[in-house]
Amino acid sequence: MSVHRLSQGGHINRSQRLTFHFDGRRFFGHPGDTLASALLASGVRLVGRSFKYHRPRGIMTAGPDEPSALVELRERSRTEPNTKMTDVELYEGLQAWSQNRWPSLKFDLMAVNGLAGNIISAGFYYKTFMWPASFWEKLYEPLIRHAAGLGRATCLPDPDHYEAVHAHCDVLVVGSGPAGLAAARVAGEVGARVILCERDFLIGGGLLLDPAQESWRKEMIATLQGIRDVQILPRTNIFGYYDHNLLGGVEQVGDHVAEPHPHEVRQRYRTFRAGQVVLATGASERLIAFRGNDRPGVMMAGAALTYVRRFGVAPGKRAVVFTNNDSAYATALALAEAGLDGVVLADFRRENRLAAELRAHGVDVRFGIEVSDFGKDRVTLRTPSGGGDNVAADLLCISGGWNPNVHLASQSGARLSWDATLSSFVPGAPVQAERSAGAARGIVGIGEAARDGLAAGLAAANALGLGGGDIDFPLPAPEGPCAPLEPLWEVKSSGKAFVDLQHDVTVNDIRLAHREGFSHIEHAKRYTTHNMATDQGKLGGLVGAAILAEARGETLEKVGLPTFRPYTKPVAIGALAGGTTGERFQPIRRTALHGWHLRHGAVMRPMGAWLRPSYYPKAEETAWDSVSREARGVRQSVGICDMSTLGKIDLQGPDAATLLDRLYINSFSTLAVGQCRYGLMLREDGIAFDDGTASRLREDHFLITTTTANAAPVLEHMEFYAQTVWPELDVQLCSVTDQWAQIAVAGPRSRVTLAKVVEGLDLWAFRFLSVGEGHMAGIPLRVFRISFSGELAYEVAVPSRHAEIVWRAILAAGQEFGIVPYGLETMDLMRIEKGHLAASELNGQATAADLGVGRMMKKTGDFVGRVLSARPALADPGRPRLVGIRPIDSGKRLRGGAHLVSKPGSGRSLGWITSVTRSIELGQWIGLAMLENGEAMSGKTVHAVSPLHDEAIEVVVSSPHHVDPENVRVRN
Amino acid sequence: MLLIPCPYCGARPQDEFHYRGDATVKRPAPDAGLQALYDFVYTRTNPRGWHLEWWHHYAGCRQWVKVERNTLTHEIRTAVGPAEDTPQLSA
Repeated sequence: MSVHRLSQGGHINRSQRLTFHFDGRRFFGHPGDTLASALLASGVRLVGRSFKYHRPRGIMTAGPDEPSALVELRERSRTEPNTKMTDVELYEGLQAWSQNRWPSLKFDLMAVNGLAGNIISAGFYYKTFMWPASFWEKLYEPLIRHAAGLGRATCLPDPDHYEAVHAHCDVLVVGSGPAGLAAARVAGEVGARVILCERDFLIGGGLLLDPAQESWRKEMIATLQGIRDVQILPRTNIFGYYDHNLLGGVEQVGDHVAEPHPHEVRQRYRTFRAGQVVLATGASERLIAFRGNDRPGVMMAGAALTYVRRFGVAPGKRAVVFTNNDSAYATALALAEAGLDGVVLADFRRENRLAAELRAHGVDVRFGIEVSDFGKDRVTLRTPSGGGDNVAADLLCISGGWNPNVHLASQSGARLSWDATLSSFVPGAPVQAERSAGAARGIVGIGEAARDGLAAGLAAANALGLGGGDIDFPLPAPEGPCAPLEPLWEVKSSGKAFVDLQHDVTVNDIRLAHREGFSHIEHAKRYTTHNMATDQGKLGGLVGAAILAEARGETLEKVGLPTFRPYTKPVAIGALAGGTTGERFQPIRRTALHGWHLRHGAVMRPMGAWLRPSYYPKAEETAWDSVSREARGVRQSVGICDMSTLGKIDLQGPDAATLLDRLYINSFSTLAVGQCRYGLMLREDGIAFDDGTASRLREDHFLITTTTANAAPVLEHMEFYAQTVWPELDVQLCSVTDQWAQIAVAGPRSRVTLAKVVEGLDLWAFRFLSVGEGHMAGIPLRVFRISFSGELAYEVAVPSRHAEIVWRAILAAGQEFGIVPYGLETMDLMRIEKGHLAASELNGQATAADLGVGRMMKKTGDFVGRVLSARPALADPGRPRLVGIRPIDSGKRLRGGAHLVSKPGSGRSLGWITSVTRSIELGQWIGLAMLENGEAMSGKTVHAVSPLHDEAIEVVVSSPHHVDPENVRVRN
Repeated sequence: MLLIPCPYCGARPQDEFHYRGDATVKRPAPDAGLQALYDFVYTRTNPRGWHLEWWHHYAGCRQWVKVERNTLTHEIRTAVGPAEDTPQLSA
């Protein structure tokens, strides 16, 4: 048995031994231990160094409130820095390291910071590292980075798996102490679907500290397990309370073993949509500020009680218990019963009826005493009159009172209200469907909390229309009223008295913040970083506020607390990501021809959620080899391209043409059945939104295409106008993007190729901008004579499930002409040669006129964007307009994004390059650009500058239509 | 996260919806002039309290619905279809 392990009692399994390592040294513990309890049992006191001053620190608490005992847990890819050892369930083979010490925990050179403590006070960084600016990168930042911070994060990928589960329930109970258990049971017994979440690995909360309650705890758990619609989730911390009763939590599925079991996740992100919520989150004990209140050996009184009663550990050899309330009497008694010598109870108050019982157990109870210093194994006691006494002790337990854990209630929107009896804040009137119960709303005593929980559980069920019948089960006896607490926030003396141990914030930092004008609680928080550590000021938050209240000369009630925010305890990003990582980060859309592309060596490229072929390299081909071969193939003969990702929207109804007239800048009611037309939509503010083609299949049936990127926004835009602005129009619209695959066949030999495949349609009589129906071996086809490449071209739409049959038939038909499959790169090359628009031109800043299609705008009738596009600034002819450019020196390359200036070094940009490519037809780089006074600049020279590449080249301005500006080829 | 009572589908989580904004503004008649269109596109009151908003149930019935939401508490009082009468807004 370890030196500090008691021979009996607690919730640990002494018959089994677990081996673990801390800083490379081997230790032993038992199942049921935390890392902290096992180290205390082995007599370890010093476990870390503090954030700023590198002061030695020990274990302060027995749960996630812990500010000091932070370790780096596990090794290599599973390294988890800043883990609270009080919140780590011990397992066989655990490895942990202390943090923030150099070269070693016992001897830390950075502790010299402590001597300079009055220099490194609040706002030190703001004031000191201000100037000269050039010192930042080379001197200040490396210096600060070396000195600051705690653990080190791993750079290796996380080998574990995570998942998300979304649950619904009638009543969600948070916390499984007496109030939570009673609430869950009564709600379950009246038929509510109940989920009970407990952050700990054991159910019971405060019941675990009282052997007399053990039978009731077990009976309650057994009963709950027997109710069909009650689910108990241990190791599940609720971290946030969001709108409409949605709560988020993390279940630690595999954190209590060295590695998660195979096929099991490590953590499970859980959300709960609850009809009613009962917050039985208990209370946290608060600190008292005095000199040395951070030294190893200082422990919260409730934590000391927990180590004795739950873990069977005596956390010291000689103890002083310093309190201003009754709760620490149980700690003093437990320490005496655990065999500690000469336990001294220093009560700040004048008297207490519990003293006699403690004295009978050998506890030295003293009244009217405060602790003014804690040094090496020595506690300085002081009377208000100035008398003093030194007591030898290696353990100093503190209780400054208890703060209800109001974090979740506050996050739910409830205001906090001041409770003078507790000298703390309690949840105010609920805003959402929630209620707090037990210690979470300041109820003291196990029996009292259980009754309060029962009432809360019943009220929650009643609010859902459940209830009735006699609900009766035994509850622990009430403890009766206790003597009042006497507020005590600080024992004044020289030296450092901490209010935030994790961020090394002292009472003097708070006062300094006030003196320097940061007197609002939210300002003081940010200036001093008080409450901003991972424990969110659970120990000392209210103490800091009390110091600020004193400095301001106002009440603590008036000063208040800073806003509570998620997360109630740190949450791993991996848990929030769940399964949506890597290739499952977002759903991947694949066209019906995806398999063919892969089998034929396509290099795939993501485009939004889609994967599209970029190019189809043959052996040894570079990307440009492949693209230039594909482009030549199309321009000289015929090529085939998968265009399925274009958005396709089907419109049907007598008013379909009217709707299109009002959405596009050009007219579609004049379009004959069997015809297609290019169209441009504006946003209501007059800026170009999207372009595509609309085809009239029948009098009351249109099919429109959108750009790939805008498929969803365009449909949403159309639905908005159809449903809300012109609901009188009789038209229905529906996306058919996934239902139809679309295949472009382009090039001078596209007609002879396609004629061998398409039946039922005479392609020689089928003119440019026509749409018709045909078929291939019984498969229905829609054929559009439209061209993005600028060549004689067709697009063939085919029901998706038949796409590959048709694709292969076209390939076979084109074989004699040397047909080439081409990808996005080639498509982009050809459309830039032709001067067609894509996303880089439709960038949300350009008007129709800017893009050179202003003449398409109809002269009569309303359409979206008409009125605002006529605003003077948008109609200004000096605006950047779409132009073509090419380098004067045909050997030079162009850069997308380069700015156009009148001469190199000119600070004023006249425009920018939107798209560039190497041209097959012209044998040099060409581009599209937006240029002020675009048309008037044609033939003139400007400079394209790209400071990132340190390049400035002369370019000549031209029409955007580099190839076939007369549009002869498409009409062939 | 909000729970929006879609009049066609029932209560559905917010992530099935896209938000558009103020549903109290109406698109003016084509001849109403520049200022009227300008106000329709840009001028908003940004109320504190009850507000009527357009939400699009894009991952459900694809209907635009008018939702009465309290901008202060995120409480949702009613949700109706686009053609239905606007519920009376009270502060």
